[in-house]
Order: sequence, then structure tokens, then C-alpha cells
Amino acid sequence: MTTHLDHPTAAKEFVANDERAHWHDQALWFVRKKRDRVAHALPEWEALREQASRIKLHTMSRLAQYLEEFERQATQLGAVVHWATNAAEHNQIVLRLLTERGVRHVAKSKSMLTEECGLNHFLERHGIEVVDTDLGEWIVQQRREHPSHIVLPAIHIKKEEVGQLFHERLGTTAGATDPQYLTEAARQHLRQEFLRAGAGITGVNFAIAETGGIVVCTNEGNADLGVSLPKLHIACLGIEKLIPRAADLGVFLRLLARSATGQPITTYSSHFHGPRAGGELHIVLVDNGRSELLASDDFRRSLNCIRCGACMNTCPVYRRSGGHSYGVTVPGPIGSIINPFADPAAHSSLPGACSLCGSCTDVCPVKIDLHHQLYVWRRRLAEKGLLSWSKRISMKLAGAVLRNPTLYRIAGWFGRNSLRFLPRWLVYNPLNIWGRQRELPVPPAQTFRELYQIDMENKNSLGDNSHG
Amino acid sequence: MDSRQRILNRVRQYQPALVELPAHLQSGITFADPRAQFLTVLEQVGGRGTVASDLTDAESFVRTLPVMEDAKTVVSLVKGIGVGNLDINSCQEPRELVGVDVAIAAGKFAVAENAAIWVTDENLKHRAIYFICQHLVLVVPASEIVDNMHQAYARLGGAFDRPGFSAFISGPSKTADIEQALVIGAQGARSLTVVLVESL
Repeated sequence: MTTHLDHPTAAKEFVANDERAHWHDQALWFVRKKRDRVAHALPEWEALREQASRIKLHTMSRLAQYLEEFERQATQLGAVVHWATNAAEHNQIVLRLLTERGVRHVAKSKSMLTEECGLNHFLERHGIEVVDTDLGEWIVQQRREHPSHIVLPAIHIKKEEVGQLFHERLGTTAGATDPQYLTEAARQHLRQEFLRAGAGITGVNFAIAETGGIVVCTNEGNADLGVSLPKLHIACLGIEKLIPRAADLGVFLRLLARSATGQPITTYSSHFHGPRAGGELHIVLVDNGRSELLASDDFRRSLNCIRCGACMNTCPVYRRSGGHSYGVTVPGPIGSIINPFADPAAHSSLPGACSLCGSCTDVCPVKIDLHHQLYVWRRRLAEKGLLSWSKRISMKLAGAVLRNPTLYRIAGWFGRNSLRFLPRWLVYNPLNIWGRQRELPVPPAQTFRELYQIDMENKNSLGDNSHG
Repeated sequence: MDSRQRILNRVRQYQPALVELPAHLQSGITFADPRAQFLTVLEQVGGRGTVASDLTDAESFVRTLPVMEDAKTVVSLVKGIGVGNLDINSCQEPRELVGVDVAIAAGKFAVAENAAIWVTDENLKHRAIYFICQHLVLVVPASEIVDNMHQAYARLGGAFDRPGFSAFISGPSKTADIEQALVIGAQGARSLTVVLVESL
């Protein structure tokens, strides 16, 4: 699914629609504010973040041992554990499990891992019908799109567009946009899909090494319906989802929904320990580049991620450019770290889609130092020679100017005066990327240096009084 | 070499220096009146709660619930609340439960900070009942309300030693996937009513 457009180019269309970009911005900021309210209501919030971070760092420092323990315990409970080094292997395992049992219809609940592996298209190519049962995911699936957000897959779509889609697919009244009415129509449709499905596929929020159990969190109840009607449950997870002890869930479940949507907990936090009577539970553990992240001192901490989406909701670039502009399954700040890791050349523009404001680091429930890692990425990309030509030249120039006070003063004078006196077509020339889609600031009447000098002169003329 | 070995080898090869596993957090938020807190949060997450003095009281409350008025098929899994007309054990397949209007089930305990209720499939033939019914009623001992999730897991102790399904349920099924507008009744139960029973 990777598009190889750079981020600014991919964001162009989204940004061009100013009204819509602002609407998107506000929708996410609303979620961020809800998160703040519930986080601040807990006096131990910071202690929880610290605890979660340390548990994850510990788990990653002994991951092999925990994976083996998890496999042992899960097997003892009657589950079957599979291992996949990459996406292709993961898809093959799932396909084999389905075809061996003659399953033609699958109800899938939200799983970013299966998105990452491109499972839907793979299964469809092999004649298996996959229905995404999370409402937002079902909407983007019907539109032949990908989720634009990991928790709010359809956050980029307006209710009028949903209404039109439902009118075409489900026969709802033309022009109807009431979310209650539209959700009811989807409920009726998806109920039939649940009844029809021969297997349920879910992601996993947490896998408990100590007990061999997996935990899946949803608000809609779609994961539970999807795996409680058919006999076959396939659960797919990245190897970083492990936690050592069941009691650690106390920490993570308190953080997850509060960080994601500002809820005290998701409606359903389901614990699966082994298959249900007469059924089968298959658990697919997927590496797909995660072990390499483990090797990286710079980026290992990103394996702490519990996929809450808080860094996206708060990111000024994400909010104003939309998830699709990243061209990857996991967008936003965390995506701008893990995707260049998988393929630096394809995703070299992502670490630059960041103002280094640090807001993501502040809200991250597992204390990933996101903006520091994004900064390190920029250096690594420069070392690899992966910066764009315009960025390389402008950075070289900026470096030379900032090193030399005289040059700096001349450049400042030139900048202020050209903004003042040059004709508009020359200032907003095609090479000036800062002038695209925005107005340049009005140059100040006085420079900082001038203000400072005046201030010093005033102080001097006041003499001793200034010390009184 | 198979994939399992390859992944484990790589994870071992790249294993960073040990970071110690922290001891469990000993404290979390507590409430002067956990029951009041539970009922307040329950309402915030879209549920409805009441307190009954005993099972007889609980049963008469359930009978008068608005969702019972038009209910044709009712499953009761709680002994003492005899309002059911479908025996779940008579259903071979969980799909047969698709017509259930109201299900009454027992919750083991509740959590005040987030209105979560612990349910399991112990002695339950089809765990699907929690999700497939149109309306869910959970009957919980009023004395069994802990303050926070740390206390919840501390009390769950060895609950995961045997195969089984269990879940925290907090409120009815919901979604905000259409323009962040909250809609109650996505794929699971359209409503959740909690009856806290004082003497069980």
C-alpha cells in the first residue's frame, strides 16, 4: 500500500481544501481535549506512564524469553501458536488455516497488523471474502481506501459522504446523514455478516506471557461477535505486544482508552485464554522488521507503542495534513519513526513532517521520546544521503549564514526588504516552498538586534537608577 | 531453520541490556464512596444502574425495565431472576441466539473508576450471549466494587490458570466512527443495565 510520494506532495490536495483541513484539525483536537480531561482526573497519571514505559522497556530487554513463555502457556491452554518472520509468511499462514477448513467468509475486527501485511487484498485474491466489522473500517473498506488513523479509521470522512455511501451500499434514504440512523443500518448489515462468517480474525492489544492469554479491546463489540459465533478464531499480533504479567494490564488498560479517545476504558476488554469449547484459537506472532528495531539504540523505544493514536490526535502536522498523506498504515509521529526504519528511501520525507514541538512526547502513555527520535531520523537520513536536493542546498546555505554574524545580518536585511519591496510574483516564486498555500509573515519594523540595542541604551542612560 | 527459531535467534542476538521489571504499583485512585462513583461513571459511559436489596427486589426491577416491554426472547443466566423464556443450553450453536432481546447475566465484581464489570464464560455454554443480545442486564453483588484496575487484577489472581473467556464490560456497545458523533448500539448490546444487589 506504500505510495512513494513525499509527504508535502501527498498532503497537497488535503491542504488545498482549507475548510475541510480545519474541520479535520478540530475533530482531532476535540479528542485530544477529552484525553486531557480524563488524564488530569487521575492523580497517578504520570506514575502510570512511567510504570508502563518501564514494563515495556523491560519486556523488550527480555523479549525472547517472554515469547517462549507466552507460547508455552498459550499452547497449554489449547491455542496453536504460529510464527511469521514477515508479512508474506503471515498471510500464507492465515490463508492456509482458512482454506484447510473451507472458510470462504471472514469477519475481521480492527487490526493494524493485518493492514500492515496487506491481508485483506491477499485473501481476496485467493477467493476469500473479508469483511471489516469495525464501523470506521467497514466504511473505508467500502470506499476502497485505507484507514487514515489507527483508532479512528474514518476520521477523514464527512457524514454526507458516509450517507451517500450507505445509500449506494445499504439502501439508506438518499441524503440521510444522521449518524444514529446510519450506524443502525450498518448494524443490521454487519449482523448478517457475523452470522455468515466461517472465521473471525482479530488483532491483539496485549499478549500476556505469564498466562498465555490475549486481550482485545473494542467499543463496538465487533471483535467479540466475530470470534464467538464461528469455530475458528485467528489472532494476529506483532511480537512487541507482549507484556510479562496479567496484573500489568491494570496499568495498560488504564492508559489505553484514556489516551486514545478520552474514555475511562473501552466498552469491551476481552481476555481470551485458549479456544472456546469445540472451537480453535490460532495465534500468529509476526516479526516483520520488529526485531531489527530492537537492535537500534536510537529507535528501540518505539516498540513501547500500544497504538493508542494520542500522538496523532495532538500532532499539528497530522491534524492539518490528514493520515493518508503519510502513505503508510501507521501514520503520524509514531509512523514517521517506524516506517522509515522499514524503508528509509521510500519514507524519507516523514521525519520532516514534524515541527519538533514535542507535543507527541508529552501525551505518549508509554513515554516514547517521539520528537527526539524524529530529530535523530533527520540526521540519519542526511547521513544516508536521502535528503531532497532542495533541503540539502538550503541546509548548507543556512549553516553558512548562521555561522557568520555579518552574513546573518546581511541576509536578514535582504529578507526583510525583499518581503517589503519585491513584487508578489517574485517573492512567491516556485522555489519558495514556504510561500505555498500560505502567506509569508509581515516583516517587523525593528529587528531583535535593534530592539536590544535601544533597550541597552535606555538602561545606560538611566544609570544607577536601574540598579535601585 | 524455521521461522520460530529465526525470530527467536534474532531477538536474542539484538537483545538490549536488561531493564529491571518494576514491582506492581501499590496504589491507585480510591473513592470515599465507590458505589456512587461506579454509578456516576456507568451513566457517563452510557449505561444505567440501580441498587436492589435482594434478588426478589432485583427481579421485580428487571421485570419493569422498558427493554422488557417488547422483549419476545429473554435469556436469564441468574438463578433467582426467573424472567427468561429461552434456555441457552438448548441452543446447539451460538448463532441461534441472534433473536435474543434481553439477556440477564451475573457480573463477578465491578470497578468504580471506569464502571467496568468482570464477566466470564464459567458454566456458560455460549459466551456470545454477552454480545449478540439486543439488551444486556448484569447483576452484580453490591459489596463487590473495587476502586481501580490494580485492585481488580490483584483480586483476579489465578483466574487465568484454566482455559476460558473473560471480559471487562463498561457500558453498552458504542461507536463514534461517523464524524465523532457518539452512537450507542454499534454491533453489540444496545443497552446495559446494571443491578447492584445488596444481599445475594
